[in-house]
Formats: sequence, structure tokens, C-alpha cells
Amino acid sequence: MERSNWISLLIVLAVIAAWEFACGWFSIPDFILPAPSEILKTTVFKASLLLPHAGVTALEIIMGIFLSLLVAVPLATVMFACPSVERALSPFLVTSQAVPVFALAPLLVIWLGYGLSSKVLMAAIIIFFPITVSLLEGYKNCDREYAVFFDLMGAGFWKKMRLLYWPWALPYFFSGLKVGVTVATIGAVIGEWVGAQKGLGYLMIQANARLQVSLVFAAILCLSVMGLAMWVFVGFLEKRVIYWK
Amino acid sequence: MLSVSGLTKKFEGLTVMEGFNLTVRRGGFTTLIGPSGCGKSTFFDVLTGVFSRDSGRISWLGEDVPDLMGRVAYMQQKDLLLPWFSLIDNAMLPVKIAGSDENDSREKTIALFERLGLDGFEDYTPQKVSGGMRQRCALVRTLMFEHELVLLDEPLSSIDAITRRSLQGLLLLLQSEFNKTILMITHDIDEALLMSDELLVLTPMPMRVRERFVLDMPKPGRSGNPELLKIKEHVLEELEGDFDGTI
Repeated sequence: MERSNWISLLIVLAVIAAWEFACGWFSIPDFILPAPSEILKTTVFKASLLLPHAGVTALEIIMGIFLSLLVAVPLATVMFACPSVERALSPFLVTSQAVPVFALAPLLVIWLGYGLSSKVLMAAIIIFFPITVSLLEGYKNCDREYAVFFDLMGAGFWKKMRLLYWPWALPYFFSGLKVGVTVATIGAVIGEWVGAQKGLGYLMIQANARLQVSLVFAAILCLSVMGLAMWVFVGFLEKRVIYWK
Repeated sequence: MLSVSGLTKKFEGLTVMEGFNLTVRRGGFTTLIGPSGCGKSTFFDVLTGVFSRDSGRISWLGEDVPDLMGRVAYMQQKDLLLPWFSLIDNAMLPVKIAGSDENDSREKTIALFERLGLDGFEDYTPQKVSGGMRQRCALVRTLMFEHELVLLDEPLSSIDAITRRSLQGLLLLLQSEFNKTILMITHDIDEALLMSDELLVLTPMPMRVRERFVLDMPKPGRSGNPELLKIKEHVLEELEGDFDGTI
């Protein structure tokens, strides 16, 4: 393990130790701030309760990622192919990010119901922007000399896209995807807070109402682990796909 | 035969070339040499259609053409190999783009790899081989174009002196074995004299042909030829004169 990783681990351990110590020293009740050991205990003993809800949230996030990819990849490609489309859509894209996604959650629940679809769409809306912008930036970053060389070989746009632009943009695409998967949990959880019957967000609201704060923290721990796992998985995928880097 | 007549190109009032004329014999090896910034590379860009021309005609094999885009094989200083492809896939790029049968072309490419000393490196990616090997791979790619006309834009200028000597010999194969018609830009007068049938010395901007030398002595085996040494001295004096004049 590298030195910087050791330092990160030490910082995390120090914070947890201070937290544990403070809870005992100041006798903070569990319904205000449970100690890390209590959260871990709850996570283990309530695993049968947490896992089905975590499964639902994970499904929402994964479906959200696929939905955003289905829209973001063709959209970035069309915007790159037709600069006039890019000019026309850019203001809308930027405006879409100015609208707080939290404000959309109640509307999406009204329109799409309490089931999966409203949460999937929430996650997709959050992921969509970084992927579209990163991929478009990657296409545009292609070295002009390569593009001219492909023109000289008589390559059409789609051949250039397949053989040149897409591989060129892949590192940018993965950067966007990494950002996307880490923030995707926000979309899904907010959707669940507003109206759901399952999921970690739903469980947090229920536990909060009953002052089961250690269960709220256990759900947060599950969400963090899910986010981290997805980030690591995308990183692994990136190394496999971009083998030349 | 490649024929260019009356070619004019201006950029916002800057005249790069005006009424430029050039003829390259079919199967010949013509080299353009001139002072830095005289417009040689812009001329290639205009020929290939990267830049539009203001006026003038381009004809290839007796037929007027708008430009040479898609009609020409091109090799330049930068090898432009794609890091996500193996050397053999890079060399076969013209085939992939043309949509021809890759299985047929693979055998031809492998034979060229053997010929150019790249056998055994077919599946290596470009970043794992030396600069000389990358440029040899770029040369194989140039040969995989089905085009007779080849434009070489300082193809060996980024290569060390020893590797360059061997690659010059390989470039000559383009003409002698593969019957290509070659138009080359170089800054290296020795390279130009060793390889060309015809040497055109260019003026500073606006570019025109200042002097033309027909080099009809046999290749290879030209080094040390007294006549070539005289030409070299003469051309260097002219180019140095241009350089002095620009300070």
C-alpha cells in the first residue's frame, strides 16, 4: 500500500476512534449519536433488514446508470457531429443543472408513482450531465492531425467515430462515469425520501421517525459502501477497457 | 503525372503562394526543399484539400481533381499511430477504412512486416516499441494504401541519424518496388539528394520554384558523388542567404 493510502487509513481510524471515545466519555445517548461500534453492531444484526432495501436502491442506481448512458452517449455524439445541435442544446443542458434535482423529486413521484421508475429517473438525471459533458469534451479533444489523417484516408464520420473519436474519448467518458456513479446514490435516496415503499432512503425515513438513529447510520454506511464499490468497479472497468494507458 | 498550375493561397492578406506550378512525373521521386516557413506544408494542405485554394488547378493522371483527399497516401513526421491498436492493426488502418477484406490484406501486411524487420512485433502496441519501429510501421501503413501517389512530409525528421539511414533505404522501396509516385518535403539536403530524381528549391513566401535540379545518377550509391556535393553547396548557400535576409 502506498504511503498516501496509509495516511488516509490512519485519518479514518483516528476519526472513528475519537468518535467512539467521545460517545463513551460524554455519555451521548444512542438516539442522538450512536458510537461506531453500535452502528457496526446494528449493521450486522439488522443485515437481513438492510440487505433487501439495499438491493432495491442498488437496482435503482444501476438502472439509472444504464438509462443515463442510453441518453448521454447518443446525445454527446450527435452534439459533436452537429455543432449547430450543440449550440442549440447547450443552454438547456446548463439550465437543467441549475434546477435543483431535489425540487424535481416530488413531481417525479407524482408523475411516475412510488415504484422504481421515479427513483431510476432521479438517478439518471444526476448522472446524465457529467457523462454527456465529459464524453463531448473527449470527442472535441481529439488531436486535429489524427482527424485530418483520417480524412485523407477517405474515412466517413462513423468510421472516424468508431476507430478514432470513441477510443480517444474513452478516458474522458470514464472520468464522467466515475463522477456519475458516486453521485447517483443521491438521486435514488432523495427519490425514496419523497415517496417509496422500499429502499435505503425509505428505511432511513422510517428509522428516523422511530429515533432508531443507529439504523439510519447503518443505512448511510450501506450507501457509502455501495458508492465506493461502484467507483472501484468503474475504475477496474476503465483499466480493462483503456488497456493502452 | 501530377500537375499543379497557377495555385494561389492567401491567409487574411498574407500570400503563401501565388501562381505556383509543379509537375511530378509518374513513378518519379520529387523533393521540395526551402527555407522554414516558406509554405511547403501549407502547399500539402492545399493539395490534400485540408485548406481550400483561392485559385489554380490540380490534375492527377490527366484528370482535373478538386483536391487529392482520398486519392493519396500520406506519411509525415509524426507517425500518427493509434495507441489502442497493435502495430499490425495500425498498418491495416487504410484497409479497415476502405472496408476491404482484412484477411487478404493481413497476409500482405505480415509480408511487409517481415520485409521491414518488424516481424515478431505485429501484436505490440506502438508505445512499446522504438521511434524507428513506429516509423517503419507508418511506412507499412503508407504501403497499404491502394493509392499510387505518396506525399511525404518530413517523414524522417524526428528519427535519429543511424535509424534514418536505414529508413531512407526503405522509403526508396516505395518507388523502386511498389512503383509509387512520390512528392516529398524535407529540410535535410542530404536526404533530398540521396533519394530524389528531381529537386525543387523553393523561395521564401510567397513560395515559388527558385531552381530545379534533375538528379539522374543511380540510387543508392550516391553519397560522395562530386556533382551532388556541388549541388549541395549551391543549395545551402541559397538557403542560408534566405535565412540571413530574414534577420
